[in-house]
Amino acid sequence: MSSNPAGVVGFSPASSGRQLGRGPASEAAARAKSARRRQLGFRAIALGYLALLLLAPVAMIFYRTFEHGLSPVWNAVSAPNAQHAFWLSIEIVAIAVPLNTIFGIGMALLLERGRFWGKSALGLLIDLPFAISPVVVGLSLVLVYGKTGWLGDWLAEQGIQVIFSVPGMVIATAVVSLPFVVRETMPVLRELGTDAEQAAETLGASAWQAFWRVTLPGIRWGVVYGVVLTTARALGEFGAVSIVSGRIEGQTQTLPLYVQDRFENFDITGAYTAAVVLALLALATLLAMNLLTRRAHRGTAI
Amino acid sequence: MFSTQKVIMPKRIPVLALSLIAALGLAACGSSSGGASKSVSLVAYSTPQGAFEKLIPAFQATAAGKGVSFSQSYGPSGEQSRSVANGLHADVVNFSLEPDVEKLVKAGLVSPSWNQNATHGFVTNSVAVIIVRKGNPKHITGWSDLIKPGVQVLTPNPFTSGSARWNVMAAYGAQLKEGKTPAQAQEYLKALFHNVVSQDSSARNALQTFLAGRGDALIDYEDEAIADEKKGAAIEYVIPKDTILIQNPIAAVGGSAAGKQFVEYLLSPPAQEIWAEKGYRPVITGVPGASKFPTPTGLFTIDSLGGWKTITKQFFEPETGIVTKIEQSLGVSTAK
Amino acid sequence: MLGIYLTVLVLLPVAALLAKSGSGGTSAFWREISNPEAVAAIKLTLIVSAIVVTINAVFGTLVAWVLVRDEFRGKKIVNALIDLPFALPTIVAGVVLLALYGKDSPIGIDVAFTRASVGLALLFVTLPFVVRSVQPVLLGLDLAMEEAAASLGAGPLTVLRRIVLPTLAPAIISGVALSFARAIGEYGSLVLITGNLPFKTEAGSVYIFGQIQNENLAAAAAVSVVLLLAALLVLALLGFALRRRSRHVL
Repeated sequence: MSSNPAGVVGFSPASSGRQLGRGPASEAAARAKSARRRQLGFRAIALGYLALLLLAPVAMIFYRTFEHGLSPVWNAVSAPNAQHAFWLSIEIVAIAVPLNTIFGIGMALLLERGRFWGKSALGLLIDLPFAISPVVVGLSLVLVYGKTGWLGDWLAEQGIQVIFSVPGMVIATAVVSLPFVVRETMPVLRELGTDAEQAAETLGASAWQAFWRVTLPGIRWGVVYGVVLTTARALGEFGAVSIVSGRIEGQTQTLPLYVQDRFENFDITGAYTAAVVLALLALATLLAMNLLTRRAHRGTAI
Repeated sequence: MFSTQKVIMPKRIPVLALSLIAALGLAACGSSSGGASKSVSLVAYSTPQGAFEKLIPAFQATAAGKGVSFSQSYGPSGEQSRSVANGLHADVVNFSLEPDVEKLVKAGLVSPSWNQNATHGFVTNSVAVIIVRKGNPKHITGWSDLIKPGVQVLTPNPFTSGSARWNVMAAYGAQLKEGKTPAQAQEYLKALFHNVVSQDSSARNALQTFLAGRGDALIDYEDEAIADEKKGAAIEYVIPKDTILIQNPIAAVGGSAAGKQFVEYLLSPPAQEIWAEKGYRPVITGVPGASKFPTPTGLFTIDSLGGWKTITKQFFEPETGIVTKIEQSLGVSTAK
Repeated sequence: MLGIYLTVLVLLPVAALLAKSGSGGTSAFWREISNPEAVAAIKLTLIVSAIVVTINAVFGTLVAWVLVRDEFRGKKIVNALIDLPFALPTIVAGVVLLALYGKDSPIGIDVAFTRASVGLALLFVTLPFVVRSVQPVLLGLDLAMEEAAASLGAGPLTVLRRIVLPTLAPAIISGVALSFARAIGEYGSLVLITGNLPFKTEAGSVYIFGQIQNENLAAAAAVSVVLLLAALLVLALLGFALRRRSRHVL
């Protein structure tokens, strides 16, 4: 990420009463020292927390994957069902994430800039998909789009099968990852304010131009994190997709479903390998988004 | 890069969105019209996956199975049954419990006469056993040892797992076999649940928990115990003197000829031999390998307890069932 | 466009869920949610979620702070790993947490099958929320304000309280809201490590799953709706706090 000057607040001059009697030089040294101590303390607490909660589990997954060497990992990766699951996961993410991104930016603008009745209710609606257990999300999708669901007959007449095929899985994935872009973009949008946009429009830019040249660059980090989180969540989703997929091997099995399948069959290496692949995909997304953002906005000061 | 696209990009967004939706629709059509002339969609509960890995190629090597392609789906028995009722395409279903097939009969997908054959609709048998740690350090030999103080018992949640229901009924029926009254048998269940330290969502999860080092005893299918022992897990298993005969149903769905042939094949002697190899007790007589399964002296069936229909109502009704009540009474006392 | 998308994805399914939960009438709905096991599960979920988001608010902000303002070797790697709890299938999270913090814990922490395990699993799956909402705001935060305040003699705590936290508050609240919602709905990572003992470690989502498996869809929908309402209430309160806050600041 961007490299800010290290810890400005941490280093900010502290002129507390007890330092009054000292000379300027020793005072500055003491200040720098206490700021440094504070910074190290923050770092230690933050990293200790992450080590217990995040680094240890991730390290363990990698260790378990490679503990028997590379050839079982290779076998696991080259299994046909694993490959199919990989591409299916990519396909679903490639559809669901762009849709959610466009929706998310639009909705964030609407919620942050718009003035209309029912705005707070709409805002709440956006977060609903998180509050519903994924299993229940799956169930409610079946209640709407399934054979006996509300739209079941109509969909059947159109010859469209939603549940137990890819469209249903895309919908389930989009639902569980819906709020991210909206929620990541809104605070940044608020922070950005409207001054620059108004200035641009005063200077003759169209609304679209103002959006592309002023607003979007301004909110890009929010969008980037939103997309990264959406992708990560979409990649890892199990509960909702599991219910609407029908879990047909080599057809409607995504990587997380494949992981489950491998665990159930005590193929531990297969399961952990697929998990590592998912982790790498998430990391690749972060990297790609970073590169993309940087290239698109080269020269723009952060 | 940015300046050249500033005008073009906005117009592209709706187009992009529309084409994505169109792609969705195409994907839908593609997947709904799929399926060669001779294909079988198998929807089954989780445990027999390993057996089907061997049974399907064996079927494809027979005259009837030549050129038949398979699609397979495995998951919790109840959920699989519900999926099929909700439109998941299936030609053959194999579940843990009979009521899961009956659900599909009610939905009009499976013929009401599905169990009118020589094996009464069942494809495999097993018995409920107690898996213990290697060397049996807690000296567990039967049901009465599971309610001793300090013995930690694992069984999946009877409200999410078919196998857990078999376990509960095995424990209950065994008490009746020993001459206890139904009230005493219920007291036993209460004592048993008092010792249960984890109720995983499925038999497989319970096994994971057990293999991760938790608990002294795990009630499970015999076939699962055999499969684990074969894989070298540090476990052994005890077949209680009195235990239940687990019967897993199979049925053809709809009119697929290949599906019916597959069901017939699974009941044939060569297929039953493969089942036996994988730890399942054959449902027909004269299968080589059947002799390795000792018949417990006090073996009883679910029908001797009244059949699943009655049992489900009596024991597992969400509000009034016996097991529900037991969990509640234990819960209220231990929650504080 | 936005409306159609929202309808297909959220409105219709939620409506179907509400319809299902009310299908037996209000008395049936009331009976389902006053079932002692359901009450215990709902209570556990709400209390643990509240604790979890509080921890998230503090540590998430701290982590974001360190990732933006501090410089140390390996920072980029740590930053890149933050999102992994989302990408890893929840069952993997469950298995790994059980191995790390279960009976054979290499660091001697055994919380498996206790209520603490529910919190642990929820902390893991909600870790990215606060970090990733605070981070972009911190990145865009103008240092001039802090420097100005500091040069006018404000101590670091004053700068933090009067300048930094008010600016970060919307992002922290946003992250907390999302964490809370997710914590209430989480299922996959809980099933292995908590043991799902009714009345003890059975969370709301696990209870719901049980009811679905048991063909008791009305009960599953009813408990879902209760949790949903609780989440909405908390989200609405947080949104209210946010608006008050921003009015206060501006």
